[in-house]
Amino acid sequence: MTNLTATVADPAASDAPVIAYPTPLLRINGVTKVFGAHSAVNDLSLDIKAGEFFALLGPSGCGKTTLLRMLAGFEAPDTGKIELNGEDIAAVLPHQRPVNMMFQNYALFPHLNVRDNIGFGLKSAGLTRLGIDTRVAEMVALVKLQGLEKRRPDQLSGGQKQRVALARALARHPQLLLLDEPLAALDKKLREETQVELMALQRQLGTTFVIVTHDQEEAMTMADRIGVMNSGRLQQVATPRQLYEAPASRWVAEFVGDVNIVEGGITHRDSHRLTIAGRDVGTLFAIEPRQPVGDAVICVAIRPEKIRLSRRGPATDLVNSGAMNSLEGVISDVGYLGGRSLYKVKLDRGATLRVALANTARLDVDAYSIGERVAAWFAPDDCVVLVQ
Amino acid sequence: MSVHPLRLSRFNITSLVLGLAFLYLPIVILVIYSFNASRLVTVWGGWSTRWYTEFFNDRAMLDAAWMSLRVGVVSATLATVLGTLAAIALTRGAGFRGRTLMSGMLYAPLVMPEVITGLSLLLLFVALDAGRGLVTVTIAHTTLTMCFVTVVVQSRLAGIDRSLEEAAMDLGRDPLRAFMAVTLPLIWPAIAAGWMLAFTLSLDDLVIASFTTGPGSATLPIRIYSEVRLGVKPEINAICTLIVGFIAVVIVLASLVSKLSSARGESAAPL
Repeated sequence: MTNLTATVADPAASDAPVIAYPTPLLRINGVTKVFGAHSAVNDLSLDIKAGEFFALLGPSGCGKTTLLRMLAGFEAPDTGKIELNGEDIAAVLPHQRPVNMMFQNYALFPHLNVRDNIGFGLKSAGLTRLGIDTRVAEMVALVKLQGLEKRRPDQLSGGQKQRVALARALARHPQLLLLDEPLAALDKKLREETQVELMALQRQLGTTFVIVTHDQEEAMTMADRIGVMNSGRLQQVATPRQLYEAPASRWVAEFVGDVNIVEGGITHRDSHRLTIAGRDVGTLFAIEPRQPVGDAVICVAIRPEKIRLSRRGPATDLVNSGAMNSLEGVISDVGYLGGRSLYKVKLDRGATLRVALANTARLDVDAYSIGERVAAWFAPDDCVVLVQ
Repeated sequence: MSVHPLRLSRFNITSLVLGLAFLYLPIVILVIYSFNASRLVTVWGGWSTRWYTEFFNDRAMLDAAWMSLRVGVVSATLATVLGTLAAIALTRGAGFRGRTLMSGMLYAPLVMPEVITGLSLLLLFVALDAGRGLVTVTIAHTTLTMCFVTVVVQSRLAGIDRSLEEAAMDLGRDPLRAFMAVTLPLIWPAIAAGWMLAFTLSLDDLVIASFTTGPGSATLPIRIYSEVRLGVKPEINAICTLIVGFIAVVIVLASLVSKLSSARGESAAPL
């Protein structure tokens, strides 16, 4: 607490560069939390570096909020350790942690105005009136709330409330800022604007952000790394690009973005090239993943935008040599989405592929229509081979 | 359903007038007769305030009123403290053993016939050999009114987001200071309303007070009741008018308090 007071009192400290710690800022080690018969978080380990923007992504009920509440100190892990700067914080109560949280519904104090809401945590830290005023003014300027200091929360719009909550949580210079679905209550347009602002703010302050969200686009846009959670476990921790292009499991591939999954078995292995007999698809060529798969049943994940369509298939020698996958079928459905169109291709072998094509021309006389015969083709590199 | 502007038909007006008359005519008559100059209650003898003067010179009546006031203030305060604590335990301690039993027992006095509450308290005080008077009546009224405070405060507490207190803790307040800084200001109107409710209940209670009081410490309702048994003096009308006025003021105050808090963007206290 004393060290917090010192930092807050020194206005120059707000611009101090991020200190690189030899250990990760936050180390979660084998943490389990059980509620009754349901384990919300199951033997979870994760390192978060100082200055990182980390997103916990998962469907509702996957344990991401429980994990966040354990970081804030509102829940204690049943087993495992949570270390902040190398120190176990299991026994540290919420009000003593150098961690602040932005609550999902913002949890603004309805009886206090904007100024007192933002200054609340500074008052707890024992700052003088002058110190509080200075810091509040700084925070108000940071989140662009000038002129609204005297308003009460119910006189603010959703976006303004969100800013107050953010300013309040950042006012104490937390080492770690936790954000629980911070943008869920905003409408789409405002949400997109706020995402950009939040990223800029995080870069400017260098504070470590851990955000919980169920919105994958939000996580992809903002986070440096994403941890995908399901039923209390981390399924994959990766950068947004890795997560999308190299999902670690079928579940992750299906959860993040749109995907075609083809089940099958490996029939031939030639250096790094796999020949796969896909169910209802036929022969597919794919590249052996870095983690070699056995001869077990596998599945192949192909993102819809990686597939191209044409009325005539690619050159036969390309297909025959295994340099290109080409599957023939009939367009069964067209969905126009503005920037792109989603086509469903009913393959001759029985499976249906989803294909996304960018609408690059305003007047597209060549667009495919339902019932048209097409070849759907994609490179072996675009197939992700996953263990079932 | 479409919303029509309120149109008063002849039937509506008649039923409204009859309903209001049914509720308030006795009180209006009481107030008018309190200004009666005649010594006879039922005969109008012109306007006068002599019975008010009479009351303010009636030592025994004033003592009883003073007694009622003391019992009311002390028991309402005790009931508010205990009732608020009980409400917090019931709303916040969702998981503790015997919670259902506790809430059931807390609310029992709400539905218990007053005669039974009074009699059982009398038996208790006799068994404890407690001298009956101011103290016993105060205890009895605390027992009676505490559950009303609990109901009022609990419904307010239930409407307050738990994460507000968590946010206060997150921002550096220990649990007690978080409660004081956030929850208490938010439930304050309900606590005030609960206190006023408890006070008025105590002020007009006759049954329990007559069981638990002793000689020489009659509350105002007891005093009035015993006077009336010897024949109604117009002075009683004057006292009753004062009480009605006093309670009306308290009720208006209570609703103002809750209005004020809802104007501040908080949900109004149930009153």
